[in-house]
Amino acid sequence: MTGRTWAIEAHGLTKRYRGKVALDGVDLQVSAGTVHGLLGPNGAGKTTTVRILTTLTRVDGGTASVAGYDVQRQSRQVRRNIGLTGQQTTVDDLLSARQNLIMFGRLFRLDRAAARRRADELLEFFGLEEAPGRSPKWFSGGMRRRLDLAASLILAPKVLFLDEPTTGLDPAGRREVWQAIRTMATSGTTVLLTTHYLDEADKLCDRVSVIDRGRNFVEDTPAGLKRRIGDEQLEVSIAHPDQLERAGALVGRITGTDPVVDREENTVTAPVADGVEALTSVAAAVRAESVGITDIGLRRPTLDEAFLQLTDGSVQPVGDTALEGSKR
Amino acid sequence: MSKKNTGIQDADAMSPRGLEPVETLASRALWAVKDCWTIVAQEFTHLVRQPGTFAWQLGMPVIMVLMFVYVFGSAMDVTGMGAGEGYVDYAMPGMFAMTMAFGLMNTAFAVTLNKEKGFMDRFRSMPMSPSAAVTGRGVADLLHAAIDLAIIAGLALVVGWRPGGNLAETLLAFGLLLWLRLALIFVGVYLGLLINNTEIAGNLFAVVFPLGFISSVFAPPGMMPGWLGALAAWNPVSSTANAIRELFHTPGIESFEVQYWIDGHAVIGALVWPALITLAFVPLAVRQFKNLSR
Ligand SMILES: Nc1ncnc2c1ncn2[C@@H]1O[C@H](COP(=O)(O)OP(=O)(O)O)[C@@H](O)[C@H]1O
Ligand SMILES: [Mg+2]
Repeated sequence: MTGRTWAIEAHGLTKRYRGKVALDGVDLQVSAGTVHGLLGPNGAGKTTTVRILTTLTRVDGGTASVAGYDVQRQSRQVRRNIGLTGQQTTVDDLLSARQNLIMFGRLFRLDRAAARRRADELLEFFGLEEAPGRSPKWFSGGMRRRLDLAASLILAPKVLFLDEPTTGLDPAGRREVWQAIRTMATSGTTVLLTTHYLDEADKLCDRVSVIDRGRNFVEDTPAGLKRRIGDEQLEVSIAHPDQLERAGALVGRITGTDPVVDREENTVTAPVADGVEALTSVAAAVRAESVGITDIGLRRPTLDEAFLQLTDGSVQPVGDTALEGSKR
Repeated sequence: MSKKNTGIQDADAMSPRGLEPVETLASRALWAVKDCWTIVAQEFTHLVRQPGTFAWQLGMPVIMVLMFVYVFGSAMDVTGMGAGEGYVDYAMPGMFAMTMAFGLMNTAFAVTLNKEKGFMDRFRSMPMSPSAAVTGRGVADLLHAAIDLAIIAGLALVVGWRPGGNLAETLLAFGLLLWLRLALIFVGVYLGLLINNTEIAGNLFAVVFPLGFISSVFAPPGMMPGWLGALAAWNPVSSTANAIRELFHTPGIESFEVQYWIDGHAVIGALVWPALITLAFVPLAVRQFKNLSR
């Protein structure tokens, strides 16, 4: 390791399943103590990457180390330093919440007393202390996932892997799990989480790697990523078609852009850097000039649009954070 | 959610406790046993918390016992002593052997379920003995089979079956039954690892039913049409069933015609068949386990 310590370092990972390419040279560098997002659509290779880094799957090419240990040659040491919460929630519904944690504690080779103590600590830490004797079968999705997280934290791992931790949860469950991940991150654990939600990466991650079709596209901070994806759009729906031109000019003047005037939908759309500022000024101006509007709002490109932009080459990697993989 | 620090950091001091830095071969073996036992304990907690599943798995042999004794039994004349005569004594040992054969499905299903639910992956990402997930299953199933046998044998006693041999012979008979079950555990583990989802594992009925029925469990193979009789005679389940009939001194079996060599050497068959199955399926299961990381 040169100077900086990477909690996770991977170079040129390749993996094929029966001839089908799953990873085509993925690079990844995560500094210790940070939360790193692996963002990509379904089939991008996120799970495969996580499986390689957690010693579950052999790699075809490339090298990877986790917590300073080579995942191929030092898999035992790697396993002692990681926690994994896989894509599915892996808790035993026939055991109680506490029994689950004790069982995993025993398998992590804590003695009986230590396993019990650790189970109680983790139940409290994850806000499950009211439900220790209940089966996770009756838990909400968020509670199940938190128990699942707790089970991967028994040895306080240096590096924690979370594969789509909130997929399938309702909004309340997502918030609970986010809160749990944030609290863990403040204790110094390095976290690699995969997601296909841009907002999740935005809320939790220090840096994000976007991958698709087994290759890196961009690596950046969430803020930088949003900048690349494009500005917010201010969209104003005009009540009377004969006021459309005037409204277009008005929006153009205030936002300092060249807005798109849609004559079929009766809308005026303009890209804006400061959305809230533009929205309030335009709203005030249309009222002062008596332009009738039926709706006004801000819109971001949807994630699908963003992926399309990020991965079809229409977004040019900027700055020195761009990785080789994004040049095609 | 509580924000205070509850040991996530200071647990660093906790982590080395159970993990000696240098692992010798002996300590690895010891941990393999301990980890295996943790999984066995998990399986038995399941039984305690959900006895219904246990009852459900036993339901099939229990219904068969009752059906064959009270519904068909009175019409069956396998011993040549007259319809219904001696059928309980003939059928019960068969039922024991069949219970062992059907256990194959439970093993395979449980292994597939563990894989499907992600337990296999979670276990393999932990610093535990990697094989414990599978060996624990095997030991739990063997203990489970012993309990099954005790219950079915109890039921058999109730419907009038009696072992005719001495204590040593009777114990040897139950030993042979568990020996067959052990071999089938390896088959079950292999199939469970091979199969990718529990829906397919549910269809193992199609494999296990012929294994159970095309045998000497309900009727002597000598009474079946030629090719089917040959299949039934050489079925490992038949060897075990016939061997334990000898050990239980089941009345009437001396009169069965010896058509194939195996008919006259049931005890040898009951010892050798499971050994051969084990020799074949242990390497297969190990290979399949290694394939998980493909
Ligand atoms: N066990 C497997 N066998 C065959 N193909 C696989 C297997 N696992 C993943 N793949 C393929 O590899 C690619 C990447 O999959 P995955 O890593 O699961 O993506 P993600 O987690 O980003 O959705 C997909 O095209 C997927 O179909
Ligand atoms: Mg995935």
